[in-house]
Amino acid sequence: MNAPDLEYAALLPMIIVLGAAVVGVLVEAFVPRGPRHLVQVLLALVALAAAFVQVVRLGGTEIVGAVGSVAIDGPALFMQGTVLVLAFVSVMFFAERRIEGGADAFAPAASSLPGSEDERVLVRERVLQTEVYPLAMFSVGGMMLFPAANDLLMMFVALEILSLPLYLLCGMARRRRLLSQEAALKYFLLGAFASAFFLFGAAFVYGFSGSVRFSDIDAALGARIGQEGLLLAGVGLMAVGLLFKIGAVPFHAWTPDVYQGAPTQVTAFMAACTKLAAFGAMLRLFYVALGGVRTDWQPMLWAVAIVTMVVGIIVALTQTDVKRMLAYSSIAHAGFILTALVAVDQVAVSAILFYLATYGFTTLGAFAVVTLVRDAGGEATHLSKWAGLGKRSPLLAATFGLFLLALAGIPLTSGFVGKLAVFSAAFQGGAMPLVIVGVVTSAVAAFFYVRVIVLMFFSEPAAEGPSVAVPSMWTTFGIGVGVAATVLLGVMPGPLLDLAEQASVFIR
Amino acid sequence: MNSIMTHGLAAQAEVHQVVRDASGLISSTWLLIAFPLLGAAVLLLGGRRLDKTGHLIGTAASCLSFVMAVALFVAMLGESGDARAFNVPLWEWFNAAGYQVEVGLLLDQLSMAFVLLITGVGSLIHVYSIGYMEHDERRRRFFGYLNLFVAAMLLLVLASDYLILFIGWEGVGLASYLLIGFWQHKPSAAVAAKKAFVVNRVGDMGMVLAIASMIVVFGSSSFELVFAGAGDAPTSWLNALGLLLLLAACGKSAQFPLQSWLLDAMEGPTPVSALIHAATMVTAGVYLVVRSAAIYDLAPEARTAVVLVGTITLLMGAIIGCAKDDIKKALAGSTMSQIGYMMLAAGLGPAGYAFAIFHLITHGFFKANMFLGAGSVMHGMNDEVNMRRFGGLRAAMPVTFLTFALGYLAIIGIPPFAGYFSKDKIIEAAFADNILIGLCALIGAGITAFYMTRVMLMTFLTSKRWAEDVHPHESPRVMTWPLIGLAALSLVGGAALLYVGGGIVEWLEPVTGEEHHDLPLPVAALIAITLVVVVAGVAVAWLLYGRRPVPVEAPAGNPLTVAARRDLYGDAVNEAVLMRPGQYLTRSLVYVENRGVDGAVIGAAKAVGGLSARWRRWQTGFVRSYALTMLTGAGLVVVAMLLVRLP
Repeated sequence: MNAPDLEYAALLPMIIVLGAAVVGVLVEAFVPRGPRHLVQVLLALVALAAAFVQVVRLGGTEIVGAVGSVAIDGPALFMQGTVLVLAFVSVMFFAERRIEGGADAFAPAASSLPGSEDERVLVRERVLQTEVYPLAMFSVGGMMLFPAANDLLMMFVALEILSLPLYLLCGMARRRRLLSQEAALKYFLLGAFASAFFLFGAAFVYGFSGSVRFSDIDAALGARIGQEGLLLAGVGLMAVGLLFKIGAVPFHAWTPDVYQGAPTQVTAFMAACTKLAAFGAMLRLFYVALGGVRTDWQPMLWAVAIVTMVVGIIVALTQTDVKRMLAYSSIAHAGFILTALVAVDQVAVSAILFYLATYGFTTLGAFAVVTLVRDAGGEATHLSKWAGLGKRSPLLAATFGLFLLALAGIPLTSGFVGKLAVFSAAFQGGAMPLVIVGVVTSAVAAFFYVRVIVLMFFSEPAAEGPSVAVPSMWTTFGIGVGVAATVLLGVMPGPLLDLAEQASVFIR
Repeated sequence: MNSIMTHGLAAQAEVHQVVRDASGLISSTWLLIAFPLLGAAVLLLGGRRLDKTGHLIGTAASCLSFVMAVALFVAMLGESGDARAFNVPLWEWFNAAGYQVEVGLLLDQLSMAFVLLITGVGSLIHVYSIGYMEHDERRRRFFGYLNLFVAAMLLLVLASDYLILFIGWEGVGLASYLLIGFWQHKPSAAVAAKKAFVVNRVGDMGMVLAIASMIVVFGSSSFELVFAGAGDAPTSWLNALGLLLLLAACGKSAQFPLQSWLLDAMEGPTPVSALIHAATMVTAGVYLVVRSAAIYDLAPEARTAVVLVGTITLLMGAIIGCAKDDIKKALAGSTMSQIGYMMLAAGLGPAGYAFAIFHLITHGFFKANMFLGAGSVMHGMNDEVNMRRFGGLRAAMPVTFLTFALGYLAIIGIPPFAGYFSKDKIIEAAFADNILIGLCALIGAGITAFYMTRVMLMTFLTSKRWAEDVHPHESPRVMTWPLIGLAALSLVGGAALLYVGGGIVEWLEPVTGEEHHDLPLPVAALIAITLVVVVAGVAVAWLLYGRRPVPVEAPAGNPLTVAARRDLYGDAVNEAVLMRPGQYLTRSLVYVENRGVDGAVIGAAKAVGGLSARWRRWQTGFVRSYALTMLTGAGLVVVAMLLVRLP
């Protein structure tokens, strides 16, 4: 058997990122502790930038490569490019060291027992743990492969590559380590459970079609060879695996706990990038492989979309923790995006691509702001502590207010254009009831977003309120990118919309 | 039906020149807005470190914009007369469900005229403010707001879509609000700012409804598609659109019945009164009507309403101006009145559009001139505004006096000053349209002469009635040079605009169309009559204020004076017609709401809140229950997949 022919140019972005991850592991082993942090950060940033350049150069490519298991086409490249930009900003947040007084947001050694003497010594010696960078790079590699995967096995592999490092990253918070470790364990257990569903479903679909290749599955659907029960159950189970990753109800239960427990920088990364990659994979699976049975899966996704929007928004109303509120908001946003996904239309693809990019920037920025509001115990995430923040720190409060308005979908922010795009795609796809639910829940959502703005600007400051940390250039620049993207894509969305439209055709 | 449509389209073709896509310099029209916008951003975000240089940055931004405007004007002159309209597309804002909004600019003869006025007069007022605001510790912020205003106003007149225009419209409203209330430590300023804001919201409702109607009727709010579609639209819709736009114009331009905010707006610093509440922003309503010519041309009823509103306001403003002792309020009444003239002209249709704009520009010159003059007087008189405390300032402030006098001669319409040409044209057009309207305009001219002579006499001539510790002095050069510039424009601006190179009427003709009506009497006779009326007004003022000493305390006065002092009961009317019924309405609504609606709303909110509290409990924190939820969910999904399918 010969070695397979690989299209190295098309795969180069992923090779760069995964290669950088491997080199990062070597850096851990061989570079002395002093310069290690800087080397890891620069390695990650340079690799992400280089991969991005290669993605841009690949623009317009349409090939199915790696023996048919990877498709590099418009949606894949758009997703990869967006993941790389968002990951670039996330890594900058990871690198922040000023707000913890020389340390970063991660535990000095994840293996040390919380509260033990070991831990105290490490903290006192200001040990920095830099494994987070290679872990994040592995995860980014998986996120790039996930929306490009063109067969069921590759999709499963990508799912695992992106998930496993994330489970670890979630458990590495410097403060409140027990909460963080609990979150990691929950995420891991439930993630493994969801992966099992996906794999089980993949086996069923393979049993039906005799192939794992998306084009073969599509062809088998056309032939209609009987045994539909096998196919439909398989589709349902695979959907469960993917819906878990995007945080759709009723597979969302991990989201608030994990978002809250994970280091906020990791939450930002996860909220922006994982959702994007998972939607990318879902689009390809359902449009390319399973488009032929859309009438079978559309009703199910309709129901999931409605439940996701309603539950996400309603439970968000009574949240008292900023991170949990943003977590439920991310659940609701998954519901908004699902409304377009069920439309099965090229317009829907471009709308979703656009929405994911805008949502990514906004949510990254919002979580980054959360890292700056601190008291003695670390981040002050309880909403009552945010009262009157606008009086003490108007710029920070205004920035957070902008992100909240964008999440609520107020005009002149990117969130408005994104929502308009997905809802009009759903409308054109005939999903009027979904649009109505979407608009009504958006209106309810505005309540809890605006409530935070009111709290920040029109309440008396809490007596022993938190202080606002002055971040280094890393975080400042990252938040600046978020603000710029949120405003620019709200006022001038044309170029990105055009790009998303050009990139909206899947290769089959 | 067919013939009517053809006729309508023919009329369109006659009026509207072809709009070309911009190239070369003209495609950089956006720089006009970018300079002051950048200036505002730098000044407002720059913080304290710019306190020392802020005013220079602001002035430079405005001046750059003016230089750009002149360059564009020259470029435009290079084109032939009916090919001077340019479309400057910038980017697509959004495009959803068939409604597309393109962010773009339209540079044609009409917007060019406004751009030159806004940036030219605006830059002079920036320069003047350097001196006027010298001792204000928030001067940087003041210039930031001024730049913001200039940018928003330029967006308003350059937008090529009503929705984009509306952004500029709200932008100038915001800047106006911020600047009226600039001295927020004075409660009266804060209240005046709030009043301006609230009254303008009423007008804005008209604008919002108009834009919504356009989207319904034409499927677009861009000038191009709305004007092209106007020929086929039913007249009832066009009339409704015309009335809604008129409502918007009334709010912004302080026209009856939304006039009451303008007099209070004089609480703002005087350069603001000159720039925003005399020369530019308050004329936005006139711009709106003239820009919407294609709608008004086909909406005779709406046009009649415009004429009526203009006529009523011009008389009201003039009468109020007669009784005010506060120099700025007297000038504000005059502004209302002069904008009434413009509205009247605009309501006359193609016969009057060009004259409305002509008067708008000359008014921008002489009224800004006089407001800045008033500011100069206040500067020398310890911020005194009561004219009964002025008198004899001619000697103490010679430059201010002379420049103010030129503005005065211009506004009352003495040849060859600017106002003579522009106002006379409006009176002619009004007479040609309707004798009664013409008479009102004529009487207005007489009253104008009266109250302006009164201001002139009480301030600069007559005996000194100064308060004890006041030592009037001429203002610094940075303030007098803008005065001289504007005075020169008040002197020659009218003749120049009317006659140089075909004049403004020919310049605007491709945009506004032209129509000539025959006067019922010879033009020379009408001019003579007008002059006689004006001279009579001056004479009466002289008899009342020049020959007799002016008492320091205002006399009781006749009922009309009392009424005029109280803004012709504008506020009382507002209170009686709008506020009280509004209060009753709200009270009864509150009653109904407490009993009925609230029950439902609070009930719904409580239900949702309760739901939220209950559903929150699903989040137990136990992985086992999460896993169980997932398993159940997966079961449901599979069952749904197997059982339900779309037809």
